[in-house]
Amino acid sequence: MTKVTPLDTAVDPRSADTGVLLDVKDLEVEFRMRSGTVKAANRVSYQVDKGETLAIVGESGSGKTVSAQAIMGIIDSPPGFVTGGEILFRGKDLLKMEEKERRQIRGDRISMIFQDALTALNPVFTVGWQISEMFQKHRGMSKSEGYKRAVELMNLVKIPSAAERVNAYPHEFSGGMRQRVMIAMAIALDPDVLIADEPTTALDVTVQAQIMGLLADLQQQTGMGLILITHDLGVVAEVADKVSVMYAAEIVETADIRELYRHPYHPYTEGLMRSLVRPDHKGGRLSPIKGSPPDLLHIPSGCPFHPRCDYVQDVCRTDDPPLREILEGRTSACHFAEVFSDD
Amino acid sequence: MTDTTNKTPAEVLAPDVVTPEVVPPQAPTQDKPASLWSDAWKELRRKPGFIISALLVILMVVMAAFPTLFTSVDPRDCSLIDALQTPSAEHRFGTDLQGCDYYARTIWGARASVSIGLIVTFFSTIIAVALGSLSGYKGGWLDSTLSRFTDIMFAIPLILGALVILNALAGSRGVLQVSAVLIAFGWPTMMRLMRSSVLSVKELDFIDAARALGASDWRIITRHVLANGITPVVVYATITVGVIISAEASLSFLNVGLQLPAISWGLMINTAQNRILAFPHLLFFPGLFLSMTVFAFILMGDALRDALDPKLR
Amino acid sequence: MTSYIIRRVGQFVLVFFAATFLIFSMVFAIPGDPIRAIAGEKPMPDSLRQTLVQRYHLDEPYMVQYYYYVTGVIQGDLGESFNQRPVLDIIKERFPRTLRLAIYAFIIEMVIGVTAGVWAGIRKDKFLDSLVKVSTVAVISIPIFVLGFMAQLFIGVRLGWLPVTAGNPPSLYGYLLPAIVLAAVSLAYVARLTRSSVVENLRSDYVRTAKAKGLSQRRVIGVHTFRNSLIPVITFLAIDLGALMGGAIITETIFNVPGIGQALYQSVIAQEGAVVVGIVTLLVIIYAVANLVVDVMYAVLDPRIRYD
Repeated sequence: MTKVTPLDTAVDPRSADTGVLLDVKDLEVEFRMRSGTVKAANRVSYQVDKGETLAIVGESGSGKTVSAQAIMGIIDSPPGFVTGGEILFRGKDLLKMEEKERRQIRGDRISMIFQDALTALNPVFTVGWQISEMFQKHRGMSKSEGYKRAVELMNLVKIPSAAERVNAYPHEFSGGMRQRVMIAMAIALDPDVLIADEPTTALDVTVQAQIMGLLADLQQQTGMGLILITHDLGVVAEVADKVSVMYAAEIVETADIRELYRHPYHPYTEGLMRSLVRPDHKGGRLSPIKGSPPDLLHIPSGCPFHPRCDYVQDVCRTDDPPLREILEGRTSACHFAEVFSDD
Repeated sequence: MTDTTNKTPAEVLAPDVVTPEVVPPQAPTQDKPASLWSDAWKELRRKPGFIISALLVILMVVMAAFPTLFTSVDPRDCSLIDALQTPSAEHRFGTDLQGCDYYARTIWGARASVSIGLIVTFFSTIIAVALGSLSGYKGGWLDSTLSRFTDIMFAIPLILGALVILNALAGSRGVLQVSAVLIAFGWPTMMRLMRSSVLSVKELDFIDAARALGASDWRIITRHVLANGITPVVVYATITVGVIISAEASLSFLNVGLQLPAISWGLMINTAQNRILAFPHLLFFPGLFLSMTVFAFILMGDALRDALDPKLR
Repeated sequence: MTSYIIRRVGQFVLVFFAATFLIFSMVFAIPGDPIRAIAGEKPMPDSLRQTLVQRYHLDEPYMVQYYYYVTGVIQGDLGESFNQRPVLDIIKERFPRTLRLAIYAFIIEMVIGVTAGVWAGIRKDKFLDSLVKVSTVAVISIPIFVLGFMAQLFIGVRLGWLPVTAGNPPSLYGYLLPAIVLAAVSLAYVARLTRSSVVENLRSDYVRTAKAKGLSQRRVIGVHTFRNSLIPVITFLAIDLGALMGGAIITETIFNVPGIGQALYQSVIAQEGAVVVGIVTLLVIIYAVANLVVDVMYAVLDPRIRYD
């Protein structure tokens, strides 16, 4: 018995099969704490299409996870509140939906995997139980059917001896295997969008490559949209189609991956590229971006990057540049983005 | 070796405290250098729970130290003619079976109870901190032996163990003996707590850093491990004072605590037990003071724990 | 799992010998007249003294005494009272009453305690939570004997809802008030422990994952958090038994329940040292067994510890 999702019936002509799958528009998220109100997402906008991989890149505390949580609808509220913007999934605004409807989408059409699989999986239930739960709760299947599918999924994500290990507990797996379990759980219902929040940060380099390869394969097979949240530019280079760079809760630049590497249009992105340790640059000095990222409670006036920017001008101190389209498919939040076109 | 999570009720009161999340020393931020303790103090100053409990604690300690501030009546000046009077203008809390002024006895009763609470907690804490940090930091055979020993101590419930030993001390049960027995049963839980706190601090990177800089074991333990690991013990010790006061009262009630002519709240209720239903004031006043004192310490411990818990920051 | 059980049983045996040795030492190794441990300050004719010394081997070396004591315990000889009644018999007669009292108390504390704790944890920082937090601290602060007398006074005498003494043999109603009093303090602990366990688990990563899976709030709390939250409560139950034992002595005395607790108290008053030691020894053994059982249950609930 397959469930008919409500979205099947409400089809927006704009988002027919080739339309934009997920469209985040000017998302604003606040966290109201005792020490003050933190703007964790400031006019955040990005899109993901079928079969497309968007990487959201930023340092810790840049707010990159928050927008993903907003899409999923799992922000802790209080203290977090979505205060503006739209999140259009297949044309329908998720933020305006009833919780019941959202819950049907959650895990079924849009899923998420997290950084540390050891704490993200429930320690007292077997992995088979946890994967099977997706089928039992979203699709109404029986326990035995669910378990059968769990084994299939574990095979799909290349966990060896799946049939025996389906009854094992999360702590009995290695880090990489655990992450595969989480991926299996997330793609169980063949979602349209998968959000991966720092999926490889806690893993060894070789395992990282395996997991990223797995995600890429799965995406090829299913055509799902993939949002990859990371601080690691290296991981991004391999896998992403386009990149959105975040700084101080704002998107500062969006571009196709190769274009971004070739030619950044924002001083922060340029700084990031420059600070990468590259094997072909022997003997020089490291060139990090001067200063450190701001505490979100005390974001600088004007452009949030201005205290660290090599090209800062007066207007940067007072006016926060909006994210605007510079070229086709490229946006940047810098007053002087065009300057970069000459370098 | 696992922490087998064998907790005493008092430890249960501060469950977060058993597996502490310890905060390494923080670098100065943009404004002022912040430490866990100064932040906690700022928060505590504003909390009504802490203020009330702290005032109560101070009141009770003063009462224990200087009973004459509260009453000029001699609690041992009793005349049978005045026995079993209900509260009146002359005897604010009434009189007891011997005709002693109950108000005076209640005030003076604070001394035994509060001092036992403080003495036992003080010495238990010292032993526990010393043994716990050595055990946790050094590990090895010392740790195994001590842990086995505390396991055995835990096998004997507090009241039962204290009862059977104090019973054997018939005739010479004063503050010293009762305190000694309670200390003997009190230190194991705190030692376990300190040990697990030390174990988590030990893993933090700044300990390795200190060692790399050539700091001796002793210096590492005192300056770094203790400083960071002591917060759960402080919280627990505060609560323990209340628990010990309650335990002493229960033991005195059961005839194995302090003996006459000592004055303690538990003892007062013990002597009066057959008449309480007819003369409730005999229960009410010592019971009230007892409960208030225990309440004050436990509440203060709770407030301390909330203020010192870095997870809530 | 089996190796865990075997190891745990081994630990139990060690604890049995060590704890009995500890009790024995603390009672009989104190400087002074060893007869004091058996008979307190009672005036004693020489003939009786001789009998006691022989019976309990008080003139033999310390370790020999312990040997007789422990072999006696294993064979069921827990000493006797002055009128020659074996402690084991006393216990056998009174045990069912204390057991009933403990079971009633246990049911009360678990049902009310866990429910209150879960509610408070879910509604953290709201009114219900503050209510539970304050009332539990208040109850814990009142020593159990004060609670007992208060209950007798208000519920028994003033309101007359329940009998003031249990009766002999005790009626169901007779057990109720002492059971409530006995449960009161433990109930408070259970509520607090459940509450903080629920709060901590609701903050955990796997709850976030469960929400991300699109599960209903009811399922997230009821299935995913519940088992995890129960784990510390289960371990608490083992220690709680120890507190219940201590509390039973007091409640049985106040409410006149003819159980082991009352027997223990009466032996203290009558300076029947041998009976006191005998009863406490047995209670310690029961406590050790209970802890063993709970540890095994804990391993069933939490698969992570089966390999320790």
